[in-house]
Amino acid sequence: MNSAIRRLAVAAIILMLALMANSTYLQAFRAGELNGRNDNRRVRDSQFSIDRGPILIGNTPIAESEASKDRFQFQRTYASGPAYAPVTGYYSYLYGRGGIELTQNAELNGSDPSMAFRRVVDVLTNRRQQGASVTLTLNAAAQQAAYSGLAGKTGAVVALEPKTGKVLALVSRPSYNPNELASHDLDKVAAAWKRLNADDSKPMSNRAIKELYPPGSTFKLVTAAAALSSGKYTPETKVNSPAQLPLPQTTVPLVNENGQNCGGSNNATLTIALRYSCNTAFGSVGMDLGADAMAEQAAKFGFGERQLPELGAVASQFPGDLNAPQTAQSAIGQFDVRATPLQMAMVAAGIANQGDVMKPYLVQNVKTADLKTVEETKPESLHQAVTPEVAAQLTQMMVDVVENGTGKPGRISGVQVAGKTGTAQTSKDRPPFAWFTAFAPANDPKVAVAVMIEDANIPRNDIAGGTLAAPIAKKVMEAVLGQ
Amino acid sequence: MSIASTSVIQIIPRTRRGVELWLLIVAIAVAVGAYVNIGLTVQDKIPASTGYYAAGIGLLALIAHFALRYRAPYADPVMLPCAVILNGLGVAMIHRIDLGLAAVAEANGRTPKAPAAPQQITWTAVGVVLFLVVILVIRDHRRLQALTYTAGLAGLVLLVLPLIPGLGVNLNGARIWIRLAGMSFQPGEFAKVCLVIFFAGYLVVKRDVLTLAGHRFLGLDLPRARDLGPILIAWAVSLGVLVFESDLGSSLLFFGLFLFLLYVSTERAGWLIIGGLLFAGGAYFAYQTFGHVHRRIQDWLDPFSIDGGQVASGLMGQAWGGVLGRGLGQGRPELTLYGQSDMIISSFAEELGLTGVIAIILIYTLIIERGLRTALGCRDIFGKLVATGLAMSFALQVFVIVGGVTGLIPLTGLATPFMALGGTSLVANWAIIALLLRISDQARRPQTPAAPVSDETIAMAVQKQ
Repeated sequence: MNSAIRRLAVAAIILMLALMANSTYLQAFRAGELNGRNDNRRVRDSQFSIDRGPILIGNTPIAESEASKDRFQFQRTYASGPAYAPVTGYYSYLYGRGGIELTQNAELNGSDPSMAFRRVVDVLTNRRQQGASVTLTLNAAAQQAAYSGLAGKTGAVVALEPKTGKVLALVSRPSYNPNELASHDLDKVAAAWKRLNADDSKPMSNRAIKELYPPGSTFKLVTAAAALSSGKYTPETKVNSPAQLPLPQTTVPLVNENGQNCGGSNNATLTIALRYSCNTAFGSVGMDLGADAMAEQAAKFGFGERQLPELGAVASQFPGDLNAPQTAQSAIGQFDVRATPLQMAMVAAGIANQGDVMKPYLVQNVKTADLKTVEETKPESLHQAVTPEVAAQLTQMMVDVVENGTGKPGRISGVQVAGKTGTAQTSKDRPPFAWFTAFAPANDPKVAVAVMIEDANIPRNDIAGGTLAAPIAKKVMEAVLGQ
Repeated sequence: MSIASTSVIQIIPRTRRGVELWLLIVAIAVAVGAYVNIGLTVQDKIPASTGYYAAGIGLLALIAHFALRYRAPYADPVMLPCAVILNGLGVAMIHRIDLGLAAVAEANGRTPKAPAAPQQITWTAVGVVLFLVVILVIRDHRRLQALTYTAGLAGLVLLVLPLIPGLGVNLNGARIWIRLAGMSFQPGEFAKVCLVIFFAGYLVVKRDVLTLAGHRFLGLDLPRARDLGPILIAWAVSLGVLVFESDLGSSLLFFGLFLFLLYVSTERAGWLIIGGLLFAGGAYFAYQTFGHVHRRIQDWLDPFSIDGGQVASGLMGQAWGGVLGRGLGQGRPELTLYGQSDMIISSFAEELGLTGVIAIILIYTLIIERGLRTALGCRDIFGKLVATGLAMSFALQVFVIVGGVTGLIPLTGLATPFMALGGTSLVANWAIIALLLRISDQARRPQTPAAPVSDETIAMAVQKQ
């Protein structure tokens, strides 16, 4: 009998070992997967109940967590919610996070590996885990100027500091109020989320970096850069600029916007062609340079790469496999050329920074609650798009655009502004896109900006980059320059 | 003493009651420490009820200890402290979830339900009283053998009680509860004890017949067909429990106990094979036929396919605990369905982590192995079988419920011994521990009654050599 009892004793130990092995698998190895589940209330609640660090501009919070008396203990609030929503994103119990709230989540809630030591100290001293603060590169005045400039319009503004790549303003309108999504009244949050997603004006779409638009004539800056870089052209080189440019392989000619030749000449200089934004001149330059040279120049300005990828930005595109008429169309920013407002701001910023395109960034630094810096972003060069000489020539040409040409509405008294307008057609059914990209002061650039207006609710004839977009760009640049 | 005369190892009987007392102090300290810890983390203060709780659990443990000193001095010294620490931790966790549920109710503007922990403490007291009754009244476990058929009948009646209309209630799909005088009871917990006594008494008499070999098949001596009667009856009854009470856990427990005792009394592995096949067939039939069983299997295979599934809610709690746990009072065990009763292991896993779960399983393992050790040392067959049955009932029950909660096997509603909220189970488990201790007292007692020898005299005896 005893041998049978001994066998049962072994069997019982095996049963218990099986339980321990299974628990080990579950709690040590499978825990990560289970904790990552969306329907895991424990993880969601605990993250939602953390004293999350603020998102700052300078020392002013644009998103912060305030103590609340309900089960979550902290309420996330956004001071100027809609103005900053494309950057801050939202922080919702039901719908997760977006924007910086998502990309810097680990820092904001204090779980980032760089803060591991501090977390241990917090545990030992029985302090609550406190998130780090994230300071952005944004300029509050520029952001507000851009936001109010776009009031009632559908569009986006991006402003950069040319020397560093700091994003000074990033606005998209119509916008949404992230406070609605951060609310602890979950029924209202669900209703707001439904309403925002059903809204035809797409208030949650970040037009500045996530949507692609035909850049129109602002792309002529890239064509001009390619021309000057090729060595075959100077700003004074005369180019073929008739009222209508017949294109090979098609019966449809390329025409200038006003139906006339370029500034009274069929052989205008490159400077004059840019001043009046002559399609025929840049069409013929584009065909002369060829699609490959154009594509190469576009890539050097950042086309084909995702900038601010962490925010879900998309890459601007210059099409491949172009025939001659398509090359001509692409040279003036039509056909399948597509760019984000951020990309066009980078073109201006690259020219402003002696041809050196800096990598754009939004996060200046990350500091723990006791003000130790754990991350600091250093400016980084992306590409040398053009030589400093070519950049200087382009700057002169752009100054001429603002002083004598289509960019006059962008002038700032006492400051030399370099800019380029754009009006892009897609189809006859919808209004064209109005663009303006510029930088100032021309001799020592502090700010480069791109403004894109998708739909301004005004008659289609009146749409022109100069009249619609340039005044907004001017306000943003004035805000940065302190005027 | 010459070397030649010590060639047979002589075990000097020792009572080890002093060891038990120290272990009890540790067990009480751990349980009270857990209670205070919960108060500090959840309410930011040492709870006012700490003294009450500590005095209650300490007093009960000490009463049990002195009863053993008085009436079972040679009883196993490990089992009582194990039972006390499990019981104490269980009450602490039930109290902790009371606080969690009250906070949730308050946040939602509802009136909190009455706390469950005081109830559980009351039931602990009842359990210890039954423990005392068993220790003091049953002076020799062999006298239980006379009650073989009475116990069998009582076991059957207790099993069938929940099926009586107006008395039995359906809870969570299973019909294993009765409602009497406003309180719920799980008669199956006591049926378990009665049936172990019945099986043991019956097998003591019939083991010779059942040991006779029948056909030899694949190297196994199969029993004779005419001897299959008892196992078929046990199988039918356990299947009846499954079909009419929809409780796979109890069914497995009863049939498993019968099989184990049959195996131990006959030492024929063939019985295990036959029984295993019978049970598998029955369980498969139930799976095919009954929606409740089918759903349990579904919940096991894919816990997240059922919205708000019980297993899934427990798994997320256990994952949240991780290796070291959230700390007592710092998890969310109130989010787990039945976190105080069926799923209490999940609550411990969440707050004490894998470390805590393994410690708890090891404590159960200690009880089981000390129980089987008692069976090995016991000098009469009836006592051996009863001790084996009671120890294996812990093993099966812990495996079935903890395995169910951790997702190893389908979840069925058995109580986690000593820990889960529920009076019947707690009281029955105290009775089981008392029976095991009673048997172990006889097993460890020197054959020719001698006065208990203290550790000091042994040390002196060793030095003299």
